[in-house]
Amino acid sequence: MKAPVSWIRELVDLPAEVTTEVLTDRLTALGLKLEGIDSADITGPLVIGRVLTKEPEPQKNGKTINWCTVDVGEANGTGEPQGIVCGAHNFAPGDLVVVILPGGVLPGNFVISARKTYGHVSAGMICSVRELGIGEDHDGILVLPPDAGVPGDDVFGLLGLDDEVIEFEINPDRAYALSLRGVAREAALGFGVPFADPAVRELPAADGKAWEVVVDDPAGCPVFAARLVSGFDPAAPTPEFIKRRVEQAGMRSISLAVDITNYVMLELGQPIHGYDADKVVGALGVRRAREGEQVTTLDDAVRKLSVEDLVITDDSGPIGLAGVMGGATTEMSGSTTRILVEAAHWDAVSMFRTGRRHKLTSEAGKRNERGVDPLLPGVAADRVVELLVEHGGATAEPGFTLVGTAPERTAITIATDLPARLSGIDITAMTTVESLRAVGATVTEQDAGTIEVVPPAWRPDINDPYDLVEEVVRIVGYDQVPSVLPRRATGRGLTRTQRLRRRVGRTLAGAGLVEVVSFPFVGEATFDKLGLPAGDPLRVTVGLANPLSSEEPAYTTTLLPGLLEAASRNVGRGAPGVALFETGTVAFPADNGAAPIYGVHTRPSEAELEKLVEALPVQPQHLAVVLAGERRRAGWWGAGTDAGWTDALAVVRRLAADLGVRVEVGAAARMPWHPGRCALVSIDGVQLGHAGELHPSVCAAYGLPARSAAVELDLDALMAAAADVTPGPDFSTMPLAKEDVALVVDAGVTVAAVEAALREGAGDLLESIRLFDVYTGEQIEEGQKSLAFALRFRAPDRTLTEAETGAARDAAVARAAELTGAVQR
Amino acid sequence: MSGPNTDYDPVEVAAVSPAELEAARDAALAAIADAADLEQLKAVRSEHAGDRSPLALANREIGALPPQARKEAGQRVGQARGAVNQALAARQEVLEAEHEARILVEEAVDVTLPTDELPVGARHPLTTGAELIADIFVAMGWEVAEGPVIEAEWLNFDALNLGPDHPARTMQDTFWTEPADNHVVLRTHTSPVQARTMLTRGVTEEAPIYVVCPGRVFRTDEYDATHSPMFHQVEGLAIDEGISMAHLKGTLDHFASQMFGEGITTRFRPSYFPFTEPSAEVDLTCFVCRGTGLKGEGPDTCRTCRGEGWIEWGGCGIVNPRVLQACGIDSERYSGFAFGMGIDRTLMFRHGLEDLRTLFEGDVRFTTAFGSEL
Repeated sequence: MKAPVSWIRELVDLPAEVTTEVLTDRLTALGLKLEGIDSADITGPLVIGRVLTKEPEPQKNGKTINWCTVDVGEANGTGEPQGIVCGAHNFAPGDLVVVILPGGVLPGNFVISARKTYGHVSAGMICSVRELGIGEDHDGILVLPPDAGVPGDDVFGLLGLDDEVIEFEINPDRAYALSLRGVAREAALGFGVPFADPAVRELPAADGKAWEVVVDDPAGCPVFAARLVSGFDPAAPTPEFIKRRVEQAGMRSISLAVDITNYVMLELGQPIHGYDADKVVGALGVRRAREGEQVTTLDDAVRKLSVEDLVITDDSGPIGLAGVMGGATTEMSGSTTRILVEAAHWDAVSMFRTGRRHKLTSEAGKRNERGVDPLLPGVAADRVVELLVEHGGATAEPGFTLVGTAPERTAITIATDLPARLSGIDITAMTTVESLRAVGATVTEQDAGTIEVVPPAWRPDINDPYDLVEEVVRIVGYDQVPSVLPRRATGRGLTRTQRLRRRVGRTLAGAGLVEVVSFPFVGEATFDKLGLPAGDPLRVTVGLANPLSSEEPAYTTTLLPGLLEAASRNVGRGAPGVALFETGTVAFPADNGAAPIYGVHTRPSEAELEKLVEALPVQPQHLAVVLAGERRRAGWWGAGTDAGWTDALAVVRRLAADLGVRVEVGAAARMPWHPGRCALVSIDGVQLGHAGELHPSVCAAYGLPARSAAVELDLDALMAAAADVTPGPDFSTMPLAKEDVALVVDAGVTVAAVEAALREGAGDLLESIRLFDVYTGEQIEEGQKSLAFALRFRAPDRTLTEAETGAARDAAVARAAELTGAVQR
Repeated sequence: MSGPNTDYDPVEVAAVSPAELEAARDAALAAIADAADLEQLKAVRSEHAGDRSPLALANREIGALPPQARKEAGQRVGQARGAVNQALAARQEVLEAEHEARILVEEAVDVTLPTDELPVGARHPLTTGAELIADIFVAMGWEVAEGPVIEAEWLNFDALNLGPDHPARTMQDTFWTEPADNHVVLRTHTSPVQARTMLTRGVTEEAPIYVVCPGRVFRTDEYDATHSPMFHQVEGLAIDEGISMAHLKGTLDHFASQMFGEGITTRFRPSYFPFTEPSAEVDLTCFVCRGTGLKGEGPDTCRTCRGEGWIEWGGCGIVNPRVLQACGIDSERYSGFAFGMGIDRTLMFRHGLEDLRTLFEGDVRFTTAFGSEL
């Protein structure tokens, strides 16, 4: 909402010392937030001049310039006529014009100086409205009316250039402030000065005779006012003050009749529509649109109507989208002489829905959907008629049609100490009552510290006791709220899951991984890039009805795409290697039907809440890792090593060790991993996810180094398996006995299988087992491999004898032979 | 080697003559002093103090002397050997010390060599920032509540007094999941977590609600330097007996000074949010100019707050009783406050970030600058 300061001051008698800055500060404190202040970008001297002489001088370039002398009074310091070259021709000696003298600055930082041009010294400039920044007209210079003033007069005031325009951000609950009436009322409230309500008017008695109006839907249109004027002069110009104010408010000046309806809307907040009465056939009607109807609105769009849209009709059918935009068939034109004026109160929800349905925002719709004072229609129509008569030479036709009445406001009962209790400010009952009266409410005092409050008609947002509290507190001042810490919080600290999540992040960062936060939006192309086969479960997504990009219309089922893109970006920016991780939500459709919408007056039952939750997608937390390129850097110490499948598994194992979880690893083949270098990670047989080297095609698709590796795990499952309270380990300090064994097995036998067999066979004396070498080559047969394990034995209570350790080792080897065909080398 | 010779005349025994002993001792001492390193000293020890050294041989001859001569000869030999052994030990100590010192010198390295073989990891400032905020509140006895990012429309809107036709719904451009009539959205704020907390926990005199809800939220904003379709919020909710705006102000002032430093406080301006009434915008003392509005000593205006001295931080208010009602809380008995602000935006202020997108690009140079705690 843009409000000229001069207009505000016209409606409220603000003290002179209230500057624009003081005014905006006060209004911001009351809830009308300052967005910005527009002011003219001109520095004087800018004065009235009277053209004394005007000599046309044709030039070689075909143009004719005028060499003028202009009386600018004493403004030039000498009182002598000022010589000025002017290219325009729409004036004559004797005319009053606007002159900017050397030293002045026009908008666009255009500095005026005396300069030699066309063989003269031109000492200043005669201005057009466009040069002054107050209009678009550049056909000629601005010629002032003969009674505008005398030469040398400052014209800032005359042209409104000294005016400032305040732009406010208006919250949905302050729709009344989308008018000068509302802004001025707040200003009056803010400075405790009287307010001249422009909506207070003496109205003729409603007789229904202006025009026949039939309202079929009184719920959608509780009040409809109509007036008629005739003999309007369609050529009459818009008076300067109306034009200026309409433009200051950010609207275009179109024609006198349209400008007047907009002017009154700005003044009062009531949207108004003017019809060319000669184009309206029969009675005006208000009803919901019928199936298949359409209407062409003023913006020349053909709009297919919904049965929920409120429309204005005449005998021809719908002629306008009620309250939002008028129709083309009855539009006022350059030949309109009879104007039918409509001002109506509309159901805000219906307006909101129609605006949204037709993606149509208009100044009228914006006000109607937020709620307008229902007492205004008759007043606004009368005000429009007054201005059409005054400035358009029209005659007000007798008759005033007013259908319906404004709905009654219900009284709200409130304890007088509620504002004090909820604000923490010491607010007396008297202050409460006075503040509510100041905002226009009718307050009746009841017994026992309660009052009954009827909110003013222009405040449809006030319905509850708490709404009244806000009114009182904003008048007392939000800056009066004291600062007191509540003392009763009895929290139990972070939950176990929250602590575990931090632990996971710290462990991964400690392993040299950098956390990434990426967007969860994916599409088919994303999954194609990952090489997922058709029908892969990860392709079954929760779709978005209104995605930002049609390429990525779904919520992701995997964290890898975001990580791979980030890795690719880092590599593209020159990183020799990158190790990233992300934790976050992935989503899988639940397919349990729609989530119910319940009422809001009582709490839903447990069963109802459960239904709500069941309808939501399954949303586990995942953890993903991408390792690409150099993992250990090359340097003066020697070569570096690139990330590979082992690094991916090392991350998994490190994390598992930190969380006290035993993960099992087995071979798997799953895109986007290399089919021979992918591990399925599980806990107690429950699958957790995969880790390993990425498929070469995926590395290529993302532009990542060959052998880049990745992990994706179900973080919820991993954290659920984490040791709750870790029992203190029991370990022996007796001497250690070492035995190394080398076993030859078929190449297809896994290390895990051999190790498990050794462990089983070695028995309780085995403290640890670790593979330290794998050998294939000349010394053993082809298709076989040699695995060297270091076995470490220790007893809890004694030094082991050689015989004991030897026996345990032999038992271990024997079990490995039995289960895996291992032969000791 | 000879056996005892009782008839032997000691005067004639040359081996233990004082002159020879002296010569042998002096030769030994000279050799010891000449030994340049431990290796040489080892050879000297063998030659002059070993089994076949003159002094050892002389010692052995003492037994062959007549008893009357043994004492004196023994003393002389003993003194000579003692002197040699002492000198050996002393020289050994010196040479060992020299050796050790030399090794340490030889082993010196250029300590300025790089040692960056292992990569350095880091956690994302959005994660650690949310933790920092959570910790500030946990320290006051609050709890951290969480909920799903894909949420029921009823919980995201209706329960929070944002009815289907509430104009505020257009203020929050919502991502709807398919099919749209499933009434499931990507949550537009973390407020549904507040609703869930009230619905599942309720509130009693013994267990009031004091929770913060940090989390990821979505709106259909085009992605640019200050807007993102995904961002992060932290909201707070307190429901207890006798809660007022003063408690809200106290809590936010504390939060502000913990997050941005002593002397940073908040200011309220009337505003509108459907879930609170009265509602306020929260401004934060500009922590760059510390409220002066000036850049340094002036006269230029502060770039961060554009001379206002305050920065918009978030929204807050007293929980609308309609919300309490929908969530099954006795609004006659309990009142509450709620607040919410962007974590991304808060971090942008705190760390002087120019472009929101740096948070989501995943450039490791950005993230590693913050380490593993904020």
